[in-house]
Amino acid sequence: MTPLLRIIDLHKSFGELVVLDGISLDVERGQKVSIIGPSGSGKTTLLRCINYLEKPTSGHIHIDGTLIGEKEVGGRFVHLSDRELAKERAGIGFVFQRFNLFPHLTALGNVTIAPQKVLGLSHDQAEARAREMLQKVGLGHKIDQYPERLSGGQQQRVAIARVLAMQPKLMLFDEATSALDPELIGEVLRVMRQLAEEGSTMVIVTHEIQFAGEVSDWVIFMDHGKIVEQGPPAQVLFDPQQPRTREFLKHIQDR
Amino acid sequence: MLKLPQIYAENINRWLPELLWFALTTLKIALAAFVLAVLVGLAFALLRTSRFAVLRVLATAYIEIARGLPIVVLLYIVYFVPPQLFPGLNWQWFTGFTGAVVGLGLHGGAILAEVFRAGIEALHKGQREAAMSLGMTPTQSMAYIILPQATRIVLPPVANYAIGLLKDTSLCSLIGVNEIMNDAKSIAFADYQPMAVFVLVAAIYFVMSYPLSLAVRVLERRLNVSR
Ligand SMILES: Nc1ncnc2c1ncn2[C@@H]1O[C@H](COP(=O)(O)OP(=O)(O)O)[C@@H](O)[C@H]1O
Ligand SMILES: [Mg+2]
Repeated sequence: MTPLLRIIDLHKSFGELVVLDGISLDVERGQKVSIIGPSGSGKTTLLRCINYLEKPTSGHIHIDGTLIGEKEVGGRFVHLSDRELAKERAGIGFVFQRFNLFPHLTALGNVTIAPQKVLGLSHDQAEARAREMLQKVGLGHKIDQYPERLSGGQQQRVAIARVLAMQPKLMLFDEATSALDPELIGEVLRVMRQLAEEGSTMVIVTHEIQFAGEVSDWVIFMDHGKIVEQGPPAQVLFDPQQPRTREFLKHIQDR
Repeated sequence: MLKLPQIYAENINRWLPELLWFALTTLKIALAAFVLAVLVGLAFALLRTSRFAVLRVLATAYIEIARGLPIVVLLYIVYFVPPQLFPGLNWQWFTGFTGAVVGLGLHGGAILAEVFRAGIEALHKGQREAAMSLGMTPTQSMAYIILPQATRIVLPPVANYAIGLLKDTSLCSLIGVNEIMNDAKSIAFADYQPMAVFVLVAAIYFVMSYPLSLAVRVLERRLNVSR
């Protein structure tokens, strides 16, 4: 069977700056992959390339065996427009570091809008689904609140519910807890752990080493746009082979 | 000066109904031009963010030119030039009123295009990205996410524009539209009472625009408090 996500030799530069330098990776259905690495190593850019918020300089992304974000025209690959990309993005959930909730909509509105407008559910169906998802992330009592009235942890949980309501095949988490006060991190990690246990396919960029160790099947250490080391968490996190991995883990534990 | 009360006592019954009648024309011009300006402004604001460079350049050129011209010049061009360019056509329908609405609307469109663009750009790019990551097309993200938020941001400047527009309609007297200013001029000089008449006109303009000023103030306060 083909992997759910296949990344083939991905390169990305911003002008002269090489940010991704040949990343290849397979993620199987139901697999949880954590990506760790120092700030600026290209983790966010990698996630953004997966759903084409950022267009790779070269390399390809396949989801479920289908090429994402490009089509072949006369033997050459050309990037799809945002309009053409919409359908493919709908199947990939993205949880942003800074939540990016829609401030003009309530929690319920934030979760309802995409299933209604993108998947074409009726308003009632979409709202029922949204309620269910908000319940699931423990915010059944906050559905009528606007984002500004919610704590960071609550906002991020709404953002996760918003992604879940689209029933994505794949979920991408970009440092979902980095913008949170320490006492609010736990509630978000709890929701993510629950999703992991339910069998979602997740790619998680995180600095929460202990969390990564508990939920992931596979851990990737990135530096300077390359995968430096990868393997099961027991190896990469607790018995790293590469000096750079060791150095990073030591550094992060000293904080 | 001291005679003003007496002058009004003698003439107000004649002046006021007539001036109010023409004030209605002023309001009609302002309203129609406002609607046109919003539509034109929206169109050009979107064109300025277009993927196609040609459209962006054309939109920018239009905005800069229309904003850069005195309104009177624009009104004269709109009203007098087309009949001269196409003399064969029937221009009966192209009244001063129509010319005024088109001229003011085109000018306002350029001003509002900039207001709308600023409103759209004020939103963090994360909003558009979040919308698109959920599978929305650019059009959907514009309609459901960007514009509803931008509307709140642009409401106060748009209301300010409306106040200015109401006053700018007085320039339409120069292309022969019978609105309040034109009528005031004829009464003032027929009755040899410029001071009394123009003070009255000023009062009428104030009564028409002050509610808008109040509305702006209320809007600004509301928008500052919540979100
Ligand atoms: N849009 C952009 N334009 C230019 N440089 C960028 C852009 N996005 C990211 N970068 C640069 O790419 C590098 C990697 O960034 P990022 O992927 O955010 O790393 P990480 O998430 O691992 O901290 C950084 O040096 C960053 O400054
Ligand atoms: Mg990052």
